[in-house]
Amino acid sequence: MNKALEHYLLRLADTALTQSQRLAEWCGHGPFLEEDIALTNVALDLLGHAKLLYEQAAEISDRDVSADDLAFLRDVDAFKNPLLTELPRGDFAYTTLKQYFLDQFNVLLYAALKDSQYEPLAEIATKALKETRYHITRSRDWCLRLSLSTDEAKQKIQAALDDLYFYTPELFETDDDLNQLIAESIMPDLSVLKEHWQGQVDELLNECQLQVPKSGWVATGGLRGEHSEHLGYMLDDMQFLQRAYPGCEW
Amino acid sequence: MVIAESITENLVRQWLDAVKDPEIPVISIRDLGILYDVKVGGDEVVVFILPTYSGCPAMDTLRQDIVDVLKQHGLEQVRVQLKNSPPWTTDRISERGRQQLHDYGIAPPQDKKGQPIACPQCGSSHTICISQFGSTACKALYRCEDCLEPFDYFKCHV
Ligand SMILES: [Zn+2]
Repeated sequence: MNKALEHYLLRLADTALTQSQRLAEWCGHGPFLEEDIALTNVALDLLGHAKLLYEQAAEISDRDVSADDLAFLRDVDAFKNPLLTELPRGDFAYTTLKQYFLDQFNVLLYAALKDSQYEPLAEIATKALKETRYHITRSRDWCLRLSLSTDEAKQKIQAALDDLYFYTPELFETDDDLNQLIAESIMPDLSVLKEHWQGQVDELLNECQLQVPKSGWVATGGLRGEHSEHLGYMLDDMQFLQRAYPGCEW
Repeated sequence: MVIAESITENLVRQWLDAVKDPEIPVISIRDLGILYDVKVGGDEVVVFILPTYSGCPAMDTLRQDIVDVLKQHGLEQVRVQLKNSPPWTTDRISERGRQQLHDYGIAPPQDKKGQPIACPQCGSSHTICISQFGSTACKALYRCEDCLEPFDYFKCHV
């Protein structure tokens, strides 16, 4: 079980870390001060989730690794996040819609993981859920505000939807390891989660009067360590210090 | 070095009253409800802490503050352990803690639904939320519509 569990903990941790890093890039670039602070607050919460998950992964790993090693010393092909979280941050509409898709996913996921048969994961989920509920209120509100305001805002968020929509099915992908964990009630059945997620998303997009794109290239690969070129640049930024000055602390 | 019998868990708790939240230096970790447990056994003291928010950057400072305070009382072997369960909630903040927050200019968490959030400066309940995300993870930003002052509100976390 440990191998499968470590794999899933890393999937969750890598997702939170990359999502956090993209949001943190907004620091000093937010559209106005309060929003700058909100974006980085959410980034900080996600970094906290990543930390808890990496610590748990390190604890059960057969290898002698720390949480920091897992975050800072693995290469692109070892990362397991979906491609969605590594996409460049784009404009504010793009970040907002991407954040909403992920918040909606995280709210449902952590609510389900609270009942995980694996106690440490249930504890992390309980904590993460409280914070994620604040996140989704914000990203949902912003989707509505942008969609129902000026033509320019509407155009930008529609363009974001066209770009992002077919990155979302990957959130629900599983492999043999994950299927084993689902069978053991350590994680929820993602196909059930997907139905709930789709229901919520359809409702909001409808309220926003946005048009769901008909078809497109469907992203895949993250679970297998197959990533877009963007992740390499992100890790370059994020890991530079530890790579250049191993073990450096401040 | 084995710890003297006179050093009880209760005594250590009292000493820890001197440790304040690094970001809100008027409230002790005890009144904030993040001091979960103290165990004195053999040659070490273990202090269990419930972090407020999972990304709270004050945890390392807090850890050091606990070690420093207990060192002043002669305790050399101190371990600070973070715990996720039970999760910290704002219900854990004591009455005294709420008053301290208020006096410091932070509106304490309003746990009862529908209750207005009163301005800590003038007491008016005519206030509006500017942003759910304030200067730290645990606070939201509000403004008083009467005295026009902005203020921090300690968010409910249940
Ligand atoms: Zn006032």
